[in-house]
Amino acid sequence: MPDLSFSSFVKKALARREAALTLLLVVILVPITIRSPQFLSAKNISTILNDMAILSIVAIGEFYVILSNGIDLSVGSIIAFTGMATGMINQANPTVSPILLMFAGMGIGMVMGLFNGVLVAYGKIPPIITTLGTVNIYRGLTFLLSGGTWVTAHEMSESYIAFPRNTFLGVSNLLWIALLVIAVFYYFSRYSRTGREVYAIGGNPTAAKFVGVNENRVRVVVFLISGTLCGLAGALWTARYASAVNEMATGFEMQAVAACVLGGVNFAGGSGGIIGVVLGTLFLGVVTNALPVIYLSVFWQTFVQGLIILIALTLNTMSDQRKTKKLLAQRRG
Amino acid sequence: MAEKRDLMAKSRLIDEMSVKNRLIEYFTQWEVLLSIIIVFVFVFFTIRTPYFLDWFNLMNATFQFSEKAIIALPMIFIIMCGDIDISIASIVALCAYAVGNAAQAGASIPSLIFLALLVGTLAGLFNGVMITALEMPAIAVTLATQSVFRGIAIGLLGDQARTDFPENFGFFGQQFIPGTIIPFEFVLYLALVLLFAFILHKTTYGRRLYAIGNSAEAARFSGIKVKTMRIINFTVTGFFCGLTSILLASRILSVRSNIATGWDLEIITLVVLGGVAITGGKGSVYGVFIGSMLVGYLKFGMGLLKFSGTLMTIVIGLLLITAVLLPRLLDMYKANRKLRLQQMGRN
Repeated sequence: MPDLSFSSFVKKALARREAALTLLLVVILVPITIRSPQFLSAKNISTILNDMAILSIVAIGEFYVILSNGIDLSVGSIIAFTGMATGMINQANPTVSPILLMFAGMGIGMVMGLFNGVLVAYGKIPPIITTLGTVNIYRGLTFLLSGGTWVTAHEMSESYIAFPRNTFLGVSNLLWIALLVIAVFYYFSRYSRTGREVYAIGGNPTAAKFVGVNENRVRVVVFLISGTLCGLAGALWTARYASAVNEMATGFEMQAVAACVLGGVNFAGGSGGIIGVVLGTLFLGVVTNALPVIYLSVFWQTFVQGLIILIALTLNTMSDQRKTKKLLAQRRG
Repeated sequence: MAEKRDLMAKSRLIDEMSVKNRLIEYFTQWEVLLSIIIVFVFVFFTIRTPYFLDWFNLMNATFQFSEKAIIALPMIFIIMCGDIDISIASIVALCAYAVGNAAQAGASIPSLIFLALLVGTLAGLFNGVMITALEMPAIAVTLATQSVFRGIAIGLLGDQARTDFPENFGFFGQQFIPGTIIPFEFVLYLALVLLFAFILHKTTYGRRLYAIGNSAEAARFSGIKVKTMRIINFTVTGFFCGLTSILLASRILSVRSNIATGWDLEIITLVVLGGVAITGGKGSVYGVFIGSMLVGYLKFGMGLLKFSGTLMTIVIGLLLITAVLLPRLLDMYKANRKLRLQQMGRN
């Protein structure tokens, strides 16, 4: 007989990662807001959301790779290469519309993701090794492309720099793009055939193959998605920060992975969801933004991020272990 | 049944008899291939520049890779068991910070060494315990501790640098063995190569590492304390990160929070290039030794020919990917050949 009491409802709701994360977000927001009431002002909220928009786009790409039991360490380098490429296109030809530049970034990123994916799927090189190699190669190519120079704000067109900041219905274009990406991939992961196949491959590759999932295709697709989204992020990055630098987005893979882990994505593959990843990104944004409020210098940002991932990992594993125990007990009983 | 056994014996006989087959077998060994490549690299650079084949230069070049190659040795153990550690550079940074700070406070050389080794060992132990006790993937945990360890160094050091070191501290990373042109670092590295080769290839501990890498489950059932050994591997790696931080701080006599950035990747490249399978259970210290020399002298030679650092980065990345792709292709080739030989034996 199903348990209908209120306490069991709360327990079940909290067992869901998304609910627990939302609650945690509220819990840390209360003392921060008490300390500094303007933290929840419309201006600051919009700052946090805009800061996190690019990360959420990249984290969704990373999510698919981790979901398939891989990891993409090359995201930062792909962002740098595509950001540099779009910056240079804009420098050489200022009349090209920003939207076209976004698509150019996505196209270049797609090719880079494809290279990763083919090496993993057909070369049978483990994802960590492939992307450890390409993180170097792509960063090197960025330097070769730029010849070691920068593209600065006054070399870029007004319309490109203004593009992420321009608002539509009171919301910045940057945020609209992030919301669109979230919506598309929410649908993709829950209702499309390929989306479900990624879960299947990540959860149990052998079983997935027996029911006819094409493993190689799925592995290429996840890297393709990651690369394409990084390309989009690169084009947006250059515009938002009004410069293309060779070192841009170094170590960004850390933050993307952190957002996924915080969002409850299982590192062994096969479980997790887009909403969790978005909440994880938001959580990371709030904590980073709140550091000055609790009088911690920005130098502690790296440490705090690492600590949060470590705690999230521990919680993920502990809840998994509890679930397994429960399952075993049920089977015995 | 008897017929089948007969056939197998026959095919094995053909396999053993043919000199050509045995030669192919020998030259498709990874260590032998690496040795051939390194000879080519030496010949190439000797032809291209007169400054390459010079004893003083060759010895001086070892300063560039000895430190990373030292950490690659315990890393073999970690990767052999199917684990990975991408927090090593951060451990080096943390130890270097501790050393730099203590040196500024006026600590003596022995206490600086002790401090570095202690901090490194504790950091490695922390990694090992988190990974085994919570049964989490090594990559996830060390990705987090990568930020945690370096984060402590960044948080405490900020944009400052520590440059006050005791007199004679420069010996470890700058000086030569008295009366020779051989750097102290390199001698230390060679001694450690022998030590690690002995442990991996001549002791029970080493054999057990191979067993864990091939099947952790089977190893556990045969009575090997898998978790304990994995913790030991991470702890030992932390210890040698501490040792390396002394060499590094002594060589550049300045500690900043971004010290040793990017070493994780380079060290893993050395190990994988040396023929250690990233999935565990396969590889040798000799291969990693040759691989480290190869990368070191490739970089040195490219530097002499005025290649940019960027190009070197790309070459190292390509090397890493080829190093994993090539043995796989070789394995496929070997398997095909065996199949063909068996078919020949049948006819």
